[in-house]
Amino acid sequence: MARVFVSGSVARHLTGGETEFEVKADTVGRLVRELDRRFPGLGNQVEESMAVAIDGVICQDTLMEPIPPNSEIHLIPKIAGG
Amino acid sequence: MNHVSDPKKLKVVGTRPIRPDGADKVTGRASFGADMSLPGMLTGAIKRSPHAHARILSIDTSKAEALPGVKAVVTAKDFPEIASEEAFVGEGPMNFRDLSRNCMARDKVLYEGHAVAAVAATSTAIAAQAAALIEVEYEVLPHVIDVEEAMADGAPLLHDDVFTAGVSPKPEKPSNVAKRVEFILGDVDAAMKTAEVIVEGRYTTKPVHQAYIEPHACVASVSGDGQAQVWCSSQGQFMVRAYCAKLLGMELSDIRVMPAEIGGGFGGKTLVYLEPLALALSRKSGRPVRMVMSREDVFRATGPTSGGVVEIKLGATRDGRIVAAECLLKFQAGAFPGSPVQPAAMTAFACYDLENVKVVGFDVVSNRPKVAAYRAPGAPISAFGVESAVDDLARALNMDPIALREKNAAKDGTKAAYGPTLKDIGFVETLEAAKNHPNMQVKLGPNQGRGVACGFWFNIGGESSGAVHVNEDGTVVVVSGNPDIGGSRASMAMMAAEVLGIPVERVRPIVGDTASIGYSFLTGGSRVTFATGMAVSQAAEKVVEQLKARAAALWDISAEAVEWCDGTAYPAGPNAGEFEPLPLAEIASKSGRTGGPITAEVSVNAQGAGPGYATHVCDVEVDRETGHVTILRYTAVQDVGRAIHPTYVEGQIQGGVTQGVGWALNEEYIYNAKGLLENPGFLDYRVPVASDLPMIDAVMIEVPNPRHPFGAKGVGEVPIVPPMAAVANAIRDAIGVRMHDLPMSPPKIRAALDAGELPMAAE
Repeated sequence: MARVFVSGSVARHLTGGETEFEVKADTVGRLVRELDRRFPGLGNQVEESMAVAIDGVICQDTLMEPIPPNSEIHLIPKIAGG
Repeated sequence: MNHVSDPKKLKVVGTRPIRPDGADKVTGRASFGADMSLPGMLTGAIKRSPHAHARILSIDTSKAEALPGVKAVVTAKDFPEIASEEAFVGEGPMNFRDLSRNCMARDKVLYEGHAVAAVAATSTAIAAQAAALIEVEYEVLPHVIDVEEAMADGAPLLHDDVFTAGVSPKPEKPSNVAKRVEFILGDVDAAMKTAEVIVEGRYTTKPVHQAYIEPHACVASVSGDGQAQVWCSSQGQFMVRAYCAKLLGMELSDIRVMPAEIGGGFGGKTLVYLEPLALALSRKSGRPVRMVMSREDVFRATGPTSGGVVEIKLGATRDGRIVAAECLLKFQAGAFPGSPVQPAAMTAFACYDLENVKVVGFDVVSNRPKVAAYRAPGAPISAFGVESAVDDLARALNMDPIALREKNAAKDGTKAAYGPTLKDIGFVETLEAAKNHPNMQVKLGPNQGRGVACGFWFNIGGESSGAVHVNEDGTVVVVSGNPDIGGSRASMAMMAAEVLGIPVERVRPIVGDTASIGYSFLTGGSRVTFATGMAVSQAAEKVVEQLKARAAALWDISAEAVEWCDGTAYPAGPNAGEFEPLPLAEIASKSGRTGGPITAEVSVNAQGAGPGYATHVCDVEVDRETGHVTILRYTAVQDVGRAIHPTYVEGQIQGGVTQGVGWALNEEYIYNAKGLLENPGFLDYRVPVASDLPMIDAVMIEVPNPRHPFGAKGVGEVPIVPPMAAVANAIRDAIGVRMHDLPMSPPKIRAALDAGELPMAAE
């Protein structure tokens, strides 16, 4: 099981204020689907406009990234640059 | 594959070869956006709004169209109405509808310089005359420039369909506040009550332009069958293609974008302004159209970065442990939503290991050009407030500013305030190197001061493509999909040469157009050496495998029995047989007989770009009589992962510092009471020049990123994050006055000295 942390206000709104929970998923794609099942709209929000930090490694615009067992997952806004 | 098990074995990476684009640039041969010329080409010109905020009642183009030499006139009616749709094509979220209306005003003009029509004519003079003949009837509306005035009740409203996002319940009235963001860690209110020392401050920054030397420019040509070509200077040919296709209702495959050399971007060329207009004019006239902005156009109509208000409160114990940190950010977005307040909020406290943090930010529209990305978007603004407050805290605690930062520094295992647990970071190492730098031992004289400030930027990866082609003579061409704004051609060639085991002089790097290389996200986010470097390295590895297979074929042995070393194939051992080594050039010369051309292209979606940290130390001298600040010394220490071409990395650090110093001391937009910009040129908008600065001492710390084949991290954005606070802290040290408002120009320094303003600190 991966432990998911939500710190931003947008995602928190979709989890009903829940900031920590466990999810069974071994890829970002499966995480997105599971998030959408539990918190309708959150998976789409993550896929479209958020990044997923897996054990500190920030991944975005990918559904393929593997999620190792017992990972720490952070849902954060997508990052750009200049 | 990781190539840095032993960095000492690297033969190309880490060296300083001559720049592949250097000769053309210093001799004037390099071809920039405005240099393209085609037979029958027309010149485009834009009719711009003279008002900060007005409703467009009518546009009459008849006189312009009747002018001899005018071949086409376009207004918003020539572009499809775009539905509201968020997209991540460029830097940061951009709404296609807003972008369309930013390129060409539809119902209202939202800032002075907003485009309302465009013409194409047979000469520049006729185009300008035609633009002047276009008659626009306006209903002038009240305007608002300042961010806090735009947030106030009763402020002139820019959009009646913008409702503040991120608040609950959803507002019923539209607002200039487009979004509220919030990041919370721990319990700030409770922790603040335990603090033994509290410092607070309110800081303001002005919008500043990226001030690239080359104005926006493009040439567009649409054929009778709808096939279009665009030559332009941008930070991403694929970005230009995507935006133009959307804004004009075209297929991606109908637009081919050729990247020109780029005379600076710094984030400001991650959007389109001219390209859709030039395409529309070309489509209508049937002729190629060139459009070039003047410097005034650049200032009036292209994105600066936000100005902002930063309110900071830090609480600490007497031994220097920060127990609570609070930050409020109000950011100008310009005419459409989308300021970098979110990354500003996320980066605000990313240098520190804190348990209790609260950051709230507001994205606010006002009657200015829509902001564009600028190096580490948002981070320098919040860092100005945070790092000034940390300096005040050090003074209140009577602690050395580096020692205070060391005590609270983020390190591997720190849970960042924006969420993730950090790993493979080199922040502490930058503090250590700054502390031990010889510049720290220089004694300061009267009216001189020393300031320390730190900075963080995420860096990103993303989609990139790279190709490696072996020529028949053994030389190599590397093609990447990213415009070279900071030395990426050199670094691509070097990484390919390292993998291939050949001298970098035998590798020619080029930037491919949208039809000749796989998709690549734009050049920005300090991502190219990381992500595109990964693609190029992998392509080179594939080429090595092919070279080994070709050698094996020539020797009639198994490919597994071939080793590749220093650009030459060798039998792997005595069992492989005895053969004369085959250099790359010899294998290449026989490639036709062993299977055809040797080439590989790799596309990746690179993840895990390591974050960058920097510690800067600035020494200044303040002339108390004039208020002028002289930068005496500037030391910029940065964790760069692995410097592929150290000279370019140092250049990135020095360039970022220079822009930050300009932001700190001089740069600002000056609007009059009508909301019109009064300083749209480099005479009145003063960027630093060489004589304003000493040699900037760039110090590279290398804590490799394990996700990159050579350990590289992005380096182009972090160096602009600390300078404003470093300069402000040095001024505070020199004259005992805390400067809260940028730019810290001579009149403001004089005024602060006259007022005898004191640093804010309370126990």
